[in-house]
Amino acid sequence: MWAYIARRFVYAIPILLGVNLITFGLFFMVNSPDQMAQAQLGIRHISPEAIEEWKKQRGYDQPLFWNAESTGLKSLTETLFFSKSVKLFVFDFGKTDEGRLIGDEIKRRMLPSLAVALPVFIIGLSVAISLALIVVMFRASLFELSAMTCCVALFSISSMFYIIGGQFLVGKLWHLVPVSGYLPGVSALKFLILPIIIGIVAGLGGGVRVYRIIFLEEANRDYIRTARAKGVSEVAILFKHLLPNGMIPILTGVVVVIPALFLGSLVTESFFGIPGLGSFTIDGIRAQDFSIVRSMVFLSSVLYIIGLLLTDISYTLVDPRVRLK
Amino acid sequence: MRPIVLWSDILIYLLVIGLVLLFTLFKPNPQTRAHWAQVFSSKMGSATFLVLCVYVFIALLDSLHFQKALPKGADDQVFYSSEVLSVLDWVHLEQRNKQEKTYSAPFALYAFAKENMHTEDGQLYRDYPRLKYGGRHLNNADERGADIARRSGLAIAKGALYGSFLVAILLRLQRRHVAPSAAPKATIYGLLFAIVVLWVWVLELGSHYHIMGTDKVGADVLYQSIKSIRTGVLIGSLATLLTLPFAIGLGICAGYFKGRVDDAVQYLYTTLSSIPDILLIAAAVLVIDVYIENHAQTFSLTAYRADFKFLALCTIFGLTSWTGLCRLLRAETLKVSQLDYVTAATAFGVSHAGIIIKHILPNVMHLVIISVVLNFSTFVLAESVLSYIGVGVDQSINSWGNMINSARQELSRDPTVWWSIFSAFMFMFILVLSANLFSDRVRDAFDPRMTQSGDTDT
Repeated sequence: MWAYIARRFVYAIPILLGVNLITFGLFFMVNSPDQMAQAQLGIRHISPEAIEEWKKQRGYDQPLFWNAESTGLKSLTETLFFSKSVKLFVFDFGKTDEGRLIGDEIKRRMLPSLAVALPVFIIGLSVAISLALIVVMFRASLFELSAMTCCVALFSISSMFYIIGGQFLVGKLWHLVPVSGYLPGVSALKFLILPIIIGIVAGLGGGVRVYRIIFLEEANRDYIRTARAKGVSEVAILFKHLLPNGMIPILTGVVVVIPALFLGSLVTESFFGIPGLGSFTIDGIRAQDFSIVRSMVFLSSVLYIIGLLLTDISYTLVDPRVRLK
Repeated sequence: MRPIVLWSDILIYLLVIGLVLLFTLFKPNPQTRAHWAQVFSSKMGSATFLVLCVYVFIALLDSLHFQKALPKGADDQVFYSSEVLSVLDWVHLEQRNKQEKTYSAPFALYAFAKENMHTEDGQLYRDYPRLKYGGRHLNNADERGADIARRSGLAIAKGALYGSFLVAILLRLQRRHVAPSAAPKATIYGLLFAIVVLWVWVLELGSHYHIMGTDKVGADVLYQSIKSIRTGVLIGSLATLLTLPFAIGLGICAGYFKGRVDDAVQYLYTTLSSIPDILLIAAAVLVIDVYIENHAQTFSLTAYRADFKFLALCTIFGLTSWTGLCRLLRAETLKVSQLDYVTAATAFGVSHAGIIIKHILPNVMHLVIISVVLNFSTFVLAESVLSYIGVGVDQSINSWGNMINSARQELSRDPTVWWSIFSAFMFMFILVLSANLFSDRVRDAFDPRMTQSGDTDT
């Protein structure tokens, strides 16, 4: 098991390197730093000195892969690829265009992101699973038909509408909670409750649809029929047989997103003014701050790979037949 | 008048013609045909398909562009207006040209904001001014209700005439050419009739009122929502189409050849899917923005520039979203290639290409069909989020995302400006809901797991 995990970590390196090459290619080769400077500084016929100055400030004045002017190892390290991309591997994210340390920002913003994303994930998952179970219990009935129609409708609404509509109804019409903002500590609760509820409702339709299919598939298996033939009550079948067996594919399926919860949700956070990593990323995109986008891309791929690893481990935990070699 | 051909116009027409040819030239095998028959024999299946067809039809109308010639000058040289119009604009010309000053509510006669005005004897007063176009023909505000009712009645009668004419033609055509099928004809023709009536009503009333009001700069909201159909349909279909070659080619190759090929493909899709889609798309769009900024001279028209960005967006969508289907196809191919008939084909000396095309592809096709319909709605929804982040389609293109994005602050005005966002919401909701309901029917018909359970075909 430990050997497996160690090997998976080694496998992760080429993947992260690939991620780095893709982002590096996007940001430095398709668009040279000169072009970035031009687009940032905005003025049409800008002087070459200003561009050089802009590049120097942000450390973009190095060659891409190979620095011919330096000697020895330095010709590899004094390059854009090393200073901007390889350093990410030791979580050295560098500075934003405004000069703040990205690493500090990430540490500071992780908690607010988690404060929204974690409740949405846990409550949303349990609500969706319970609803799916109820729907499966009353399968092939009018109730199922109407419930599933509701789910398709919920699922067909853009997440933007949930946020805008929720803010409008709860914050403006009913004046229940503040529309946006954030305070540290316990007082954050009144700011968090609306985004959490909206996050849960927005994910409900899709969740119930998927989990219902998983439960239905389980409900048609032989052991369920055997249990029914033995005279086990429907409720007992539901909770003793269907739920535990259906939970296996559901839980192993959602494990992959758990590490990424730190990143928060891009749109929700910026709508509600929560100073998390999601709004950090959006600000970065809006300000065309490539160093932020690059760091966030790298961070999320690291978390995704950890998520994949956790998925594999969770298989062995819930299903003894699976062995990691 | 001179036609303007945008790349996206060509692509959408090629796509539709290709699909039609695919279904008429290649007779699907009896099983596939039975599946499709199952989809279309349900009321829901054919009704949602019809709604999708109407959206595609409007998108196609909106994809025939032209420029109007300006009045001739002294030297007889013909100049063209810089404005690029489409056939749809021409149909809805009344609504396009009737631009008010600023916000106005649906069917309003008066503007939304008070203005300083002068009475006939020169006295200054402040009141809501009458709209320039909306309900201009009325002398008295009290006549509005009666006028709307009268015009609606006329429009519905006119629409009913057109609708029954269309249905009559279709019925005649059907009796002659198409074999009787299990399709619920009453539903299809009823819905078609209703849509024709609705459209005629929109055109008739839209030329006298602003049915869904006007936005900040006074443009007709309903017209904007209709114009946005092209963007939504094109993003959904082109991006979905782009995912297919990667997903099918790489997925099947990985599952069939195994070994090194499998490793390489797995590496590729793990790497790509480990970058969150939205970040990758945002990053790529930023790069494209910079590219356009630096190559401004290559795009002679704004429409060309917007179209380039639009296509780039579709391409990025496609390039980032093939991984899910690819993974499914790889797993299914691994399973299918172990089956006896594949072993038999190998023993008979059928080439790899032959086996893949003849034996594997048809047996994994249900996954492709299911995911195509599902992806479509995902892309339509994603467009609105991207517009909010600021990396969506160009501002000069009408899109629901752009409408929502600009209307998002309007809800906080007093009184609330709800119509812009409501209109965008309804148009988008109907498209996505139809696509999702249709994809459910398709999945029920094609997914072997669904047909077993038996109690799901509601």
